[in-house]
Amino acid sequence: MKALPIPARLYIATVVIVAIVVLALAIPRVTDWGAIAVLTLVVVLSEYLTLSLGRSVSGVEVSISVTSPMVIGAVFLLGPWGAAMVAAGSWLYVDRGTPVFKFLFNGAQTVLSGWLAGVLFLALGGSAPLDASSFPGSLVPVAAVLVGYELINGAFVVAYISLADRVAPARVWRGMLAGSATAYFAYNIFGLLLAVVWTAGVGPFAVVLLMVPLAVARWVFALFARQREAYDATIRSFIQAVETKDAYTRGHSERVAKASLMIGRAMKVRDDRLETLRFAGMLHDVGKLGVPTRVLQKAGKLTDEEFAAIQLHPIRGREITRELEFLGEAIVAIYHHHERIDGRGYPLGLSGDDIPEFARIIAVADAFDSMTTTRSYRGARSIDEAVEELIRWKGTQFDPAMVDAMIEALAEAPWVPVDTAGQFAGPHSDLPNYASDDDDPTAAEVLASHRPSTEAIRSERAGSDTHSTDRGGDRP
Amino acid sequence: MSDERGEVIGGPHGGSALIVTAAVGAVVSAVLVSDEGVSQGKLALFFVVCIAAGEVLRIRMPGGRDTAPIATAIALAYAMLPSIGGVALTYAVPLVVTVTAAGSLFGVLLRLAGRRPVPIDDLARRIIIVGCVAGVFRPFLEADGLGRQTTLAIALLMTAVALLGLALDSLMAALVRAGADRAPYGQAIVDEFRAMSGIDAAIGATAVLTALAMPSMGWIAVPIFAVPLVLTQYSFRKFTHIQDTYLQTIRALSRVTEVGGYTEAGHARRVSRLAVSVGIEMGLSERDVRELEYAALMHDIGQLSLEEPIPGGSTLMTSSVSAREIAGLGSSVIKQTGVLDHVAEVVQRQADPYYPGHGQYDDSIPIESRIIRACNDYDDLVGGSVESDRILHAVERLHMGITSEYDPRVVDTLTRIVKRRSGIL
Repeated sequence: MKALPIPARLYIATVVIVAIVVLALAIPRVTDWGAIAVLTLVVVLSEYLTLSLGRSVSGVEVSISVTSPMVIGAVFLLGPWGAAMVAAGSWLYVDRGTPVFKFLFNGAQTVLSGWLAGVLFLALGGSAPLDASSFPGSLVPVAAVLVGYELINGAFVVAYISLADRVAPARVWRGMLAGSATAYFAYNIFGLLLAVVWTAGVGPFAVVLLMVPLAVARWVFALFARQREAYDATIRSFIQAVETKDAYTRGHSERVAKASLMIGRAMKVRDDRLETLRFAGMLHDVGKLGVPTRVLQKAGKLTDEEFAAIQLHPIRGREITRELEFLGEAIVAIYHHHERIDGRGYPLGLSGDDIPEFARIIAVADAFDSMTTTRSYRGARSIDEAVEELIRWKGTQFDPAMVDAMIEALAEAPWVPVDTAGQFAGPHSDLPNYASDDDDPTAAEVLASHRPSTEAIRSERAGSDTHSTDRGGDRP
Repeated sequence: MSDERGEVIGGPHGGSALIVTAAVGAVVSAVLVSDEGVSQGKLALFFVVCIAAGEVLRIRMPGGRDTAPIATAIALAYAMLPSIGGVALTYAVPLVVTVTAAGSLFGVLLRLAGRRPVPIDDLARRIIIVGCVAGVFRPFLEADGLGRQTTLAIALLMTAVALLGLALDSLMAALVRAGADRAPYGQAIVDEFRAMSGIDAAIGATAVLTALAMPSMGWIAVPIFAVPLVLTQYSFRKFTHIQDTYLQTIRALSRVTEVGGYTEAGHARRVSRLAVSVGIEMGLSERDVRELEYAALMHDIGQLSLEEPIPGGSTLMTSSVSAREIAGLGSSVIKQTGVLDHVAEVVQRQADPYYPGHGQYDDSIPIESRIIRACNDYDDLVGGSVESDRILHAVERLHMGITSEYDPRVVDTLTRIVKRRSGIL
């Protein structure tokens, strides 16, 4: 990891020092040490729980800590000073994997968030410990704490990230809101519940009871995350099974998924649809599993029948995926990803807006990745060359809007080309291998004028449409 | 395994026995309540509404278990609620059962209006366990045995009673399930507790919290303490969904070999259906059955690496060496996922004969592999056919292989299942 910029270091130092000052001021001001001890113990335990779950599930956000609900509970029970003391409990659990400065900062910002939320609570007329019978009246300060704590906490983190990574704060905020802000907020309600039961006379046992649904929720959420990861891994390795049939396309599907996401984001596609787009990108060539290995690996010129076999892969892809309800519009995208905007593509020869949006996106992503990786008969082209090609076939092969979106996305986040040359021991030949070339715009142009396979495709289409007429969107 | 009592509770009619019990209990309770009158009528009505709301928020848990945790938690809280606003609550079992039944039925009507499925036996179990919990707990209140106790002691008592009630629920569910799937009772009970212990802990804690906090907090406690459980439900819902999606995807991918012309249409799916039935009857755990299903769906995936499809796609007809090769190739594809190691092992060893020679059997072959081997060969012989001649012929051939290739217990179970399915006795 690179060294932190100076402003970020100053920021961390300030936050930590202020937090320590607040704690020093808190010590003479708190009275209920028993309550602080219990809540702190829970914070330590929850920190332990969070991290041990978080590590086993890499890449997926499962580390919703129970610390914030406990600190919020402390705000309602003990006020700002007690909340600061309880929050300091997060310093009692040391995770060896966390860098020291991060560890210090995390604890300090929790202390300050708890303290500030407590100050806010008292300023709005709340009283600690919370009186359960005062309920409808105390709603405003209570709600202010629930929302305010998260905002204050978020502000500390946003400032840190934007100073450390030199990103505009607004962008960090958006990323965080898009993430799990609502989940955090929902968990914070536990803090309120905790205070309510505690003051109702149930005492510390309330904490135990309250932790149960929360712990179960988190446990199941971790199972979910693990299962989702397993799911991704499974799809990925099946895709690899497709790709081992054609060594030149290794990693192709994953890169197409990535490029499709870039275009989708630039086109302002909604988040839940982006997930579908990612699957469509991953699975766009799954139908190649249905193409004989002999044809895919053939070096040299293909016969008309072999062309036809390859051109069936979008149809095969739809056959394989059509029962996956969750894939939704990804299925039509897989089916149509070799259509051309001028209507000379396959399998249906749709043109313009008749081609589903995701299919138009994948067409561009597919061509782009094909051009920027090594193929049997040529080296990889540079990104600039690939972009030039995309522009060249704008309006004939590609939807101009998608090409523009790709270019826009490339300006925002640079594409790192992968060198697939030499990674494989596949057949090497100086002759064009049209199988992998089907994705290459130049070859696609040749193919479109060649059209050797209309007969075969038409008969296959008739066959497959008889039992899937309801798939929708294929034909107006 | 199938003694008389087991048949009555857990047989095919186990579910209806529960439903009848619950219905009779509810009607008798309603009659008693209408005789005696309702104490704290508004409170009772409030609980009816809350239970109904919880019923609407029903979820499906992994393993296809349908449950409404919020409704059960609220009903249990009502069964144990000692007082409210300083007034001791003296209602007894009949009112608790009536309120639970009324709330559940009201919720069912709402679900039916939304055209969503209603598993009646789940409601029946709820009514029964809530009645039992009230029957155990409320006498303590009447005798005022709790007046001198500390809050902590009361909380512990409530927790124990609620958990016992929920354990009873799982026990009844397991017996019904075992009857329906013809699974051994012991395994069904273990599976049920394994699947439900998490959500049951959350339900129990919520019920106890609500019953403890309501005396001082009032009615607001019910919706407030339902919030954590909503979160728990949400997690389970996501988990169930991803698990369903996973199975769906593997089913779809299993068709890849069919689409490519390597295997006969529907083969993988028929093999997996049969293998799952055999696995359940042989007493495999739920988790093992799930992996068995994955393995059965993907057992032919290795054929994809062949340059040309085997004519007809049948692995029974190929020599055992190439069948092993295909199994190995498939296994390596599955192993690449990094998360299905056992499935890969099962697929790898499906081609190994159970008796490699001289009456020695090979117990290192996973039971799942033995099941898949027999089911695959059976399907290669029968296909989608339902003709009894073909089925009997296939069964006969499997029996001939008992001394060389197949595990006799697997063949016996398989025979029982296919005969039952096709109506051959």
